[in-house]
Amino acid sequence: MKILAAMSGGVDSAVAAARAVEAGHEVVGVHLALSRMPGTLRTGSRGCCTVEDSMDARRAAAKLGIPFYVWDFSERFREDVVDDFVAEYAAGRTPNPCMRCNERIKFAALLDKALALGFDAVVTGHYAEVRLGADGVELHRAAAWAKDQSYVLGVLTAAQLAHAWFPLGATPSKAEVRAEAEARGLSVAAKPDSHDICFIPDGDTRGWLAERVGAEEGAILDRSGDRIGTHPGAAAFTVGQRKGLNIGYPAPDGKPRFVLEVRPVTNEVVVGPREALAIAELAGARYSWAGAAPADADAGFACEVQVRAHADPVPATARLEAGELVIRVDEPIEGVAPGQTAVVYVGTRVVGQCTIDRTVSAVPVPA
Amino acid sequence: MAVYLDHAATSPMPDEVLAAYTDALRLVGNPSSIHGAGQAARELLETGREELARALDADPVEVVLTSGGTESINLAVKGMFWAARAQDPRRSRVLVPRGEHHATLDAVEWLARHEGAQLEWIELDAEGRIRLDALDSALAAASGEVALVTALWANNEVGTLQPVAELVALAHAHGVPVHLDAVSAFGQVPVRVHEVEADAVSVSAHKVGGPVGVGALVLARTATVEPLLHGGDQQRGRSGTQDAAGAAAFAVAASRAVAEVPLTRVAALRDRLVAGVLATVDGAVLRGAPGEGRLPGNAHFTFAGADGDALLYLLDASGIAVSTGSACQAGVPELSHVLIAMGVPEPEARGALRITLGHDSGDADVDAFLAALPAAVAGARAAASAS
Repeated sequence: MKILAAMSGGVDSAVAAARAVEAGHEVVGVHLALSRMPGTLRTGSRGCCTVEDSMDARRAAAKLGIPFYVWDFSERFREDVVDDFVAEYAAGRTPNPCMRCNERIKFAALLDKALALGFDAVVTGHYAEVRLGADGVELHRAAAWAKDQSYVLGVLTAAQLAHAWFPLGATPSKAEVRAEAEARGLSVAAKPDSHDICFIPDGDTRGWLAERVGAEEGAILDRSGDRIGTHPGAAAFTVGQRKGLNIGYPAPDGKPRFVLEVRPVTNEVVVGPREALAIAELAGARYSWAGAAPADADAGFACEVQVRAHADPVPATARLEAGELVIRVDEPIEGVAPGQTAVVYVGTRVVGQCTIDRTVSAVPVPA
Repeated sequence: MAVYLDHAATSPMPDEVLAAYTDALRLVGNPSSIHGAGQAARELLETGREELARALDADPVEVVLTSGGTESINLAVKGMFWAARAQDPRRSRVLVPRGEHHATLDAVEWLARHEGAQLEWIELDAEGRIRLDALDSALAAASGEVALVTALWANNEVGTLQPVAELVALAHAHGVPVHLDAVSAFGQVPVRVHEVEADAVSVSAHKVGGPVGVGALVLARTATVEPLLHGGDQQRGRSGTQDAAGAAAFAVAASRAVAEVPLTRVAALRDRLVAGVLATVDGAVLRGAPGEGRLPGNAHFTFAGADGDALLYLLDASGIAVSTGSACQAGVPELSHVLIAMGVPEPEARGALRITLGHDSGDADVDAFLAALPAAVAGARAAASAS
């Protein structure tokens, strides 16, 4: 096959490309330029768009003896990922930019370009597995559970998965990948993992957002709608957040307060006790199936749902109802905010996902 | 077989240059040393400088050897600015055409940020030629305040030759010195410094088949620069141990290249390539001046609707080395500021391709390029509409 290896400059994508080469495919390495103003050097473990990362990817490709190019996706990335991230926050939602990047850049803009140029598949260093099941392609969790990235790939459709290959999916641990990189003489073998959001290199998401979303003082309300404090700008808050409220006096019950809801239109933040974060149901109209649609989607099916990249999956029932994917969890869960993605699993298999539009609290507002 | 049509990026070193270079590298001695070894190195260095001066219609004392085109341009632009302002503090303006090489753009922008220089951008016409009427107005408006004019001898992307003699005459009429960046012109067209009466001219060795890391700034006797590099004061306006082997190799390469001017054979090949592209690829547009108005080895096209990254990839996959011609940041081709300055709409500027022929180019190269191009453009257009 003719394979396009997306190479970030990290150890995972380098080893993934190496495995594609070793499997006998014709492989071309591509580094995606996602920023027009790359920082000159990597600082700490952050960032995936620096000159240094591009150089690391180039050196790895040279070691593998494959052609290497840097392709410019900076405009698409800015529009589809960065601007989307800002707009989502401005609308009071909590987006996952890595997911957006997989959905719209790596497995859309890049994949479409690769297919147009005669490639058969795009290879990345993601920890997840694409398998061929009875009903076609399936996406599964990685063997290395600690590194599993099936969540951020949950947004891919059957058409995208059909041309995706994740050669690290069956590898039991990251340590093994690093050892393989070392054995192959790849200079990135000991390179630190990237964390955080690549386009916010200093990791200060709140400060970065404040610059772009703008911040105006607004009211902090309790669950009954009484004003109990002032915040510096609603957009910088996220549901479940406890720090940074600075209300100045304790709640009547003496317990800490948490952000329950962000209302960007009225610039209000609603806070309340931790119990009130408990969610019984979540739903979204923007859903997709990672492979064949489940036969019992309308009737509802037992599943597990995961609401963040590093959250534990919890038992739930999912069903399609009036154009929404509605997920009812068996036991209430916390840490769910509109804008997040709920990924639905059956066993190790990713069935589909939705972007959460609304949630239903497990605890009614006290009268 | 690999087809190399990117001579403007760097030109292969001919055997006789390589031989001169490696022979010279064996010689021990610092040209500044007093002993016999030093004198031998000095002899090699100065012979090279004399030969270079002949190739450039300049005097040996005017040839300042540098580490390449970028250093030459920085020395000229910054050094002449500082010298002019030191003589007369009112002289803080720099007149610079749009569409200059990044070595110039970044140097003048640095001067604006750090030294209070005021930049006046001179417009280009649709073929990439400096508009002398615009230059004239800018000079007339504030000639007592202009430190220097800096301009390309020929545009490095689209190959358009600039009216350098007229430009120098115009600036001198206003008492303003001129630096010309002849990095892409040298070896392609006559670069005769005395004849055009330029105050400073930058050239680079590797563009004419010499080594990378060697260049020269021809600095007229009457011109003054403040140095960039301070140290042993080995040359006028430049410190640093002089590279005798580099000078020797540059001299051989330069003489060889200049002896071939006018490049009628290369120009004929280029004309065949241009005609072939225009005949076989729909929507191909030749950018820059036609025929005699451009560098003989340069062809530059835009292919509307094509994705530049994909075009380069597809041609490279067919064994053909060409370029977009524009500057790179982290290996990513940027949208060409030259094409934008010429008024080319952005969507067309995205699918740009520069093909540059040189001394070792032949019919087989042109044939291979013409054979590969239509499919590559079609693929790059498909890639652009897919992504």
